Amino acid sequence: MQLTTDRFKQNAAEALADANIQRAMRNVEGGFIDKRVAAISRLPEFDALRDNARDIKNHVLTNLDLYLETYERNVTAAGGKVHWAETGDDACAAILEICRKAGARIVTKGKSMVTEEIGLNDYLAKRDITPVETDLGEYIIQLRGEHPSHIIAPAVHVNRDQVESDFRRVHTQFDPNRDLTEPVSLLGEAREVLRQKYFEADVGITGANFLVAETGTSVIVTNEGNGDLTQTLGKVHIVVASIEKIVPTLEDTAQILRVLARSATGQDMSVYTTFSTGPRRPDDPDGPTEYHVVLLDNGRSSMLGTEYQEMLRCIRCGACMNHCPVYHAIGGHAYGSVYPGPMGAVLTPSLNGIEKTGQLPNASTFCGRCEEVCPMRIPLPKMMRHWREREFERHLEPQSARYGLGVWAFFARRPKLYRRAVSFAAPLLARLGGSKHRLASLPLAGGWTRYRDLPAPEGRTFLDQWSERQAKAARRAK
Amino acid sequence: MTVDHKDTANPERRHSSSPPSVGLFATCLVDLFRPSVGFAAVKLLEDAGCRVHVPLAQTCCGQPAYNSGDRSDTRAIAEQVIGTFEDFDYVVVPSGSCGAMLKKHYPPLFAGDGKWEARAASFSEKVFELVSFLDEVMGLDAVSARADVSVTYHDSCSGLRELGIKDQPRRLLKSIDGLKVKEMRDPDVCCGFGGTFCVKYPDISNTIVGKKTKNIVAADADMLLAGDMGCLMNMAGKLKREGSTVEVRHVAEVLAGMTDQPAIAGTGKG
Repeated sequence: MQLTTDRFKQNAAEALADANIQRAMRNVEGGFIDKRVAAISRLPEFDALRDNARDIKNHVLTNLDLYLETYERNVTAAGGKVHWAETGDDACAAILEICRKAGARIVTKGKSMVTEEIGLNDYLAKRDITPVETDLGEYIIQLRGEHPSHIIAPAVHVNRDQVESDFRRVHTQFDPNRDLTEPVSLLGEAREVLRQKYFEADVGITGANFLVAETGTSVIVTNEGNGDLTQTLGKVHIVVASIEKIVPTLEDTAQILRVLARSATGQDMSVYTTFSTGPRRPDDPDGPTEYHVVLLDNGRSSMLGTEYQEMLRCIRCGACMNHCPVYHAIGGHAYGSVYPGPMGAVLTPSLNGIEKTGQLPNASTFCGRCEEVCPMRIPLPKMMRHWREREFERHLEPQSARYGLGVWAFFARRPKLYRRAVSFAAPLLARLGGSKHRLASLPLAGGWTRYRDLPAPEGRTFLDQWSERQAKAARRAK
Repeated sequence: MTVDHKDTANPERRHSSSPPSVGLFATCLVDLFRPSVGFAAVKLLEDAGCRVHVPLAQTCCGQPAYNSGDRSDTRAIAEQVIGTFEDFDYVVVPSGSCGAMLKKHYPPLFAGDGKWEARAASFSEKVFELVSFLDEVMGLDAVSARADVSVTYHDSCSGLRELGIKDQPRRLLKSIDGLKVKEMRDPDVCCGFGGTFCVKYPDISNTIVGKKTKNIVAADADMLLAGDMGCLMNMAGKLKREGSTVEVRHVAEVLAGMTDQPAIAGTGKG
């Protein structure tokens, strides 16, 4: 997708003025958070599991080359094939080649953020292969020509009425007078349309939540069962996953699964957890005849060994955005990148460069709630700050901000001069505040006073009053 | 006001007869906007048995530079603060955010720098946020003030998540005769201040603080308290712009029984 992070402020202003988005975000604020709290309160060892999950991924990232090779060997041994893709274009090309060999005209897709990252749907559509999203949320936004606004709830910004009108617009095969008022009738209609697509599709494409090195297995978690139909009904199953999805063993997978759904939706487990190892074997009742894994790097290997390496522990649960006050205010689209919220604010600059994406790590209050809830204990605010440091080093931030900071720092580093300046300013501002003790506007403080009053100083500074008090006490003591 | 305190919880202090020397890092916002908080902190510390010193060579903790990615100015300011305060037994800060800066964020600035690394580490061990210092180090479990007032307490993010300040202020507030704590909804959710964030992204900040003031008003308390001037100024400024009559004060003012000064941003519609 086209990055629009450089117009983040306009995007945000539009989102703040959009009543639908604001209503949808109130649901995020309520639902996910309470359900997560309920789920982890039933699991006393949750924090120990988080430590464990963090350690597993740290171990993988220090030995990634080894585990990737082991994984490839075991995929091959199970009859599958691994395709290494350095860039998004490489991945798209590999997928296209597999589709063409299979003579595919329609491909079904399970939910996958990494295929959003590489722009797969557009790529295939331009080459006469029709991708059909089968996750309900993904299906809805595909009909709308949009991108996900949340990594696990892609259509969280869309309301029921909008879905109804989209279905009436696209599903012209049905009676125009049908009743779609109940959500369940929308669900039924989507199911009916999608069932047919599963049978027409030659290739099924899924992402992966885990790639298990010891067995060459790919694992997906879903709530709708659409992933299972996608990967078992087509002749060919293509898994598209990025390299950091590797875990060493099935036991490690089970460990991380225990924190994944609880952090994401507050479920103990997702409804479906599906393990796929190679194509259909002779005795299997069903399954694809070919099994491919497209392993994407797309900038991740260059994060290894840097201060951003810990970001590669991310398991895409979405807890960080579910708890982010900025995400709650503006929704996911305003970020203008594939990955929104705090995890996106760290990952997007890593994948796309800080030059165009600098707004993202800056648009955070550093409240720390994302780090507090992250099941993988990723220090997201710290890494956002590191991105601000890269920006500062390269003079990428606005000139006015840099100038203001420079003036402030000049004084802050010179205590005597600083004291003289604030000793002068404090009583002056106090007088301006008058009997109301606040200012409704002040030159150069428009960012503050547009929406809030500025509390006025009480009068003389604390240090001035303190030193006077000390001097008096000393005189009395004489 | 008199203060009850336990024998003292700190093992280092238990055997020492002389009162601990405390360097008060007032913070730039208290110095400029709210000296009352500085004097309230001094009173609370002295009542708890500390000798309080306020070095005049203090400016700011360096967060504006630190959170703008300017490490060299941050480090210069950190060296200044450490040099000024490292000889006290304790360094106390009436702010969770600046306290966390000194305690948690200074040491990594000096990682790998032989001389400074050790200095920063031993300095950071002495740093405490005011209310948690009274509770954890001085063993204070009650203040004997009287105040017929209902208060709602906002958990400022850094204090809550970096220093674990949540129960301590509530415990001390509840020890005040006549004071009633009325919890707001989501007291632990950010107020939208975020330092320079609130002026870099005023629209977003405004939406966040608007949700906060709604919860504050719904709590139906006379007074809003918190432990950080940045958050307090943000919430007070928004409340007053909305015409709210809720009084906004730093928690130290109430704990010290020093509420004679007009509230932050004044009282009422004015």
